[in-house]
Amino acid sequence: MAGSTLASPTADGGLPARARHVSPGREALRRFRRHRMAVASVFVLATMVLLVAFGPWLWRVPINEIDFTSRLVGPSLKHPFGTDDLGQDLFARMLYGGRISLAVGFASMIVAILVGVIVGAVAGISRGSVDAALMWVTDLFLSLPQLPLLLLVIYLFRDALKGAFGPELGIFILIVAVIGAFRWMPVARLVRAQFFSLREKEFVEAARALGASTPRTVVRHILPNSLGPVIVAGTIDVAAAIIAESTLSFLGLGFPPDIPSWGRLLFDAKDYLDIAPHWALIPGAAIFLAVLSISFIGDGLRDALDPRKVM
Amino acid sequence: MSQYILRRLLILVPSLLGISIVLFTVLALAPGDPFEELATNPNVPAEVRQMLRAKFGIDDPVYIRYFRWLAAMVNGDWGFSFISRIDVDQLILQRLPVTLVVIGSSQILALLVALPVGIYAAMRPYSLFDQIANTLAFIGFSLPTFFTGLLFILVFSIYLDWLPFVYRADIDATGWRWWWEHVRQSIMPVAVLGLFQGASWTRFVRSAVLDVIRLDYVTTARAKGLSERVVVLKHVVRNAMIPVVTLVALSMPAVVGGAIVTEQIFRVPGIGSLLIESILRNDTPVIMAVTFVVSCLVLAFNLIADLLYGWLDPRISYR
Repeated sequence: MAGSTLASPTADGGLPARARHVSPGREALRRFRRHRMAVASVFVLATMVLLVAFGPWLWRVPINEIDFTSRLVGPSLKHPFGTDDLGQDLFARMLYGGRISLAVGFASMIVAILVGVIVGAVAGISRGSVDAALMWVTDLFLSLPQLPLLLLVIYLFRDALKGAFGPELGIFILIVAVIGAFRWMPVARLVRAQFFSLREKEFVEAARALGASTPRTVVRHILPNSLGPVIVAGTIDVAAAIIAESTLSFLGLGFPPDIPSWGRLLFDAKDYLDIAPHWALIPGAAIFLAVLSISFIGDGLRDALDPRKVM
Repeated sequence: MSQYILRRLLILVPSLLGISIVLFTVLALAPGDPFEELATNPNVPAEVRQMLRAKFGIDDPVYIRYFRWLAAMVNGDWGFSFISRIDVDQLILQRLPVTLVVIGSSQILALLVALPVGIYAAMRPYSLFDQIANTLAFIGFSLPTFFTGLLFILVFSIYLDWLPFVYRADIDATGWRWWWEHVRQSIMPVAVLGLFQGASWTRFVRSAVLDVIRLDYVTTARAKGLSERVVVLKHVVRNAMIPVVTLVALSMPAVVGGAIVTEQIFRVPGIGSLLIESILRNDTPVIMAVTFVVSCLVLAFNLIADLLYGWLDPRISYR
């Protein structure tokens, strides 16, 4: 009698939920969408990227056309962002400079992530003296004052690289390499910490038991699972690199005057603050907007990629 | 305790050596010659140049040059500034106090903003106050210091004309008036640096307090009838401060970087503007010494943080 009744009425209710499988990527997307500021920031950043990527083809005013009849004029229909002290169109210069500022940001992030992941992975998997040595180097780099060293390296190597690759590419390579080289440490520590906990997990043990070599366990099993925090750190690195590049250009030690990155525009504008405030406000606002939207995206990704967080 | 400090100071030695090696390698790898000017100067005969090179040992192997440089630094012989024509250590001693005052007061301002706002936001998570504080914090650390500096100058010096935008070291006044002028011209540099740091620390303080506030011992403290004030200040905050102290010490390099920018904008005659000046004028001995001094400052702050851990959490023993 009792056996003819269903063992558990809740078993039916559990089935449909199991049938609808949600992939981790889709789940992360759903979580990301709930962070309203992050979603709005994606649109802001995408607009900026599209503008600087395709804008110079649509807005065909040259960036270095000198026109002394319209010096330091405010925003108008002819010059949407106004002009600088030589009458050069600021909108065209902003579009061109945005390419450089954003490209420096993303390229430096890639350098920092690559170095950080390699150092962190090697330290995390090898333990012992290799780990200790790599972490000592990481801590040393963490306690180095970055901006003074950045300035020092740029001061010493600027001319050599300019000669080797031309002024634009040479400075670009130098700035990307140096910013990347000073920002890998947090990534390395994150990856190492992730490796320490993942290395002992059952699925890694299973892979090892099936005969996977150490490189294969690292690349196929441990690394993909440790990438969540790395992606978040990478987003923050983009913002930090944009700020670092603008800081260098603002101090007059970044790109030369004929390459108007956003920081360089601010540097040129700061002496005309009282008569042409628009010149300084526009590039400053652009840097602010780019960094703010990247920070919000990073915050949204942190929520989306952390499986422990209940949303 | 004193034994612990002694051991920590001993651990600092390899770090200092490491920094000096990094610095020296950068300098040695760099192309160019410190005697380039002499080489192009037709008034200096070739023999004199050779003698100078031999005297300074430019052609020696790198490691010998490194040890000689290290010995000179340890002996207090920091070289001679090409531009200012005085000894480097004197130059740095002239400039260091201003920088320390600006950095110190901006850190105090940052903590005065970050601690109350972060703690209050964590006590009422997801409330209106928390959301406003969060948004403001995001805006605060997305505004680069050089842009806030220009904005402050634009608003407070040009439009309102309340504050001077050039920092002057030589104020010819005495007594209260001297103090007042110094405070007035320090407001903007300190505010720019302090608000930037404060914004990024606010979020960190909030999450550190949130981690602690849910723990069982906090519930116990409430259950035994302690007032909310005592629970938060004595039980929650003290434990939440340990990661915050770490962060404050770790963000010292960033603070120093921010100080360089602010000093440049407001023309504060500190160690940061000295660095920029000497880089723009190729004054190598000053560049090396300033970078080294700044590294030492960072290490000193790390040491202070380590000592603070023990005061905050007596379970951390100095052995």
